[in-house]
Amino acid sequence: MKEVLTGNEAAALGAKLARVQVISAYPITPQTVVVEKLSEYVANGELQAEFMKVESEHSAMSACIGAAAAGARTFTATSSQGLMLMSEMLFVASGLRLPIVMANANRSLSAPLSIWCDWQDTMAVRDSGWIQLYCENNQEILDSVIQAFKIAEQTLLPVMVCYDGYILSHTVEPVDIPEQKEVDDFLPPYSYPFMLDPGKPVTLGAVGTPPYYMEFRYMLDQALLGSKKVITDVGEDFGRRFGRRYGLLEAYRCDDADFVIVTMGSLAGAVKDVVDDLRKKGKKVGVLKLRSFRPFPSDELAEALSNVKAIGVMEKDISLGSFGALFLDVLASLSLNEVRLPAVNVICGLANRDVTSEDIVKVFDMIEDVASKRKSVKETVWLGLRKELLEGEEI
Amino acid sequence: MKLEPGAVITEPGNSEKNETGGWRSFRPVIKDEKCKRCGICWMFCPDMAISPKEPYQIDYRYCKGCGICANECPFKAIEMVEEEK
Repeated sequence: MKEVLTGNEAAALGAKLARVQVISAYPITPQTVVVEKLSEYVANGELQAEFMKVESEHSAMSACIGAAAAGARTFTATSSQGLMLMSEMLFVASGLRLPIVMANANRSLSAPLSIWCDWQDTMAVRDSGWIQLYCENNQEILDSVIQAFKIAEQTLLPVMVCYDGYILSHTVEPVDIPEQKEVDDFLPPYSYPFMLDPGKPVTLGAVGTPPYYMEFRYMLDQALLGSKKVITDVGEDFGRRFGRRYGLLEAYRCDDADFVIVTMGSLAGAVKDVVDDLRKKGKKVGVLKLRSFRPFPSDELAEALSNVKAIGVMEKDISLGSFGALFLDVLASLSLNEVRLPAVNVICGLANRDVTSEDIVKVFDMIEDVASKRKSVKETVWLGLRKELLEGEEI
Repeated sequence: MKLEPGAVITEPGNSEKNETGGWRSFRPVIKDEKCKRCGICWMFCPDMAISPKEPYQIDYRYCKGCGICANECPFKAIEMVEEEK
């Protein structure tokens, strides 16, 4: 059955279909509707779950940690400053290997204060040990929330489902909604192996002294790397059951492409449209969409780009003082796989600065240029930067 | 010993596997001739590292060298000696 849903509604509905047992969340723009919808489901009896109201995101994640340790299927949602306030507990959730699922409507960080979309919030916690999946559209949000529980429960890792604030969170799209029975078959009830149980006592959150700590971090890193296979298998299983296949990344018209844009989220959808237009004009262009940013599919990415002439990495974040966070991982992956490609790093769409089709065509022109010069652009390109504001001209 | 994911400890009472003697920078040494067997050091030791049997002995596998025993001994029968490599 198809319904017209916003991204936030799709996230809430995904959690409901996954039969979450505990929700603890705090409303924040642009995620608020997720919390509203879920509390509505619980209040009207559509969802049998405990909705824990808290005074902050730090408490929301703390409550989720407790609930997950008690064995409940646990969900939360946040954005931006909320994710920052939660960040201390994010590392606890992954360190304790608790399979919590979170929806994050991507929003930029203060200062200056901004409620608009970019990926700086989730990029700031990319090293928290959480799986990070980025969604292109509202269908992917619903499907990924359902899959996220299966991935989390199989790997004992928390999963963040990231989607662009406003662009997806507040935009309606037709979304195919799976039957509850089908979701139940796909996602059976699970049992956390170290559940808090007075009959079988365990210690959770012990100190990791120098002789032990490194091994736990190694185990966490191995779990994330190992989750690549789980994300792939779960995405394929989902595809067999529901007709929509998912993986770590999607190479769109990349097979014979010379020039490829690497990107994530809703931006990938916009680039796909431009690729289709340029293909009609005979340009051999493609887009590589990363769905999983953590774990980073290094080998798969290098394989997909092995016959390309040049790439551009378009991202809505910046690792200040370095390069775009996505660019760093892409370049490291290519280098370790001996794939030598000229590349250009394009920072765009911060705080939802418009990225138009014309802008994307410009990026393809830049990629063609670096290909002909066979030389990467060393300086990061800030797309659509308003020089008149920087140089003090009359506006 | 094999570590569980998430640093979960599933076996109660296994902290005795964690020998904390390596933390010590000063070692308590009992001077047996001054010791009156009063048991105050044994009562105060936070790590239960002192055996009150004849003669009193310190279990250096667990003694962290906190010095509480030496501080509490009314007869100055315990001396803290710097550990050397």
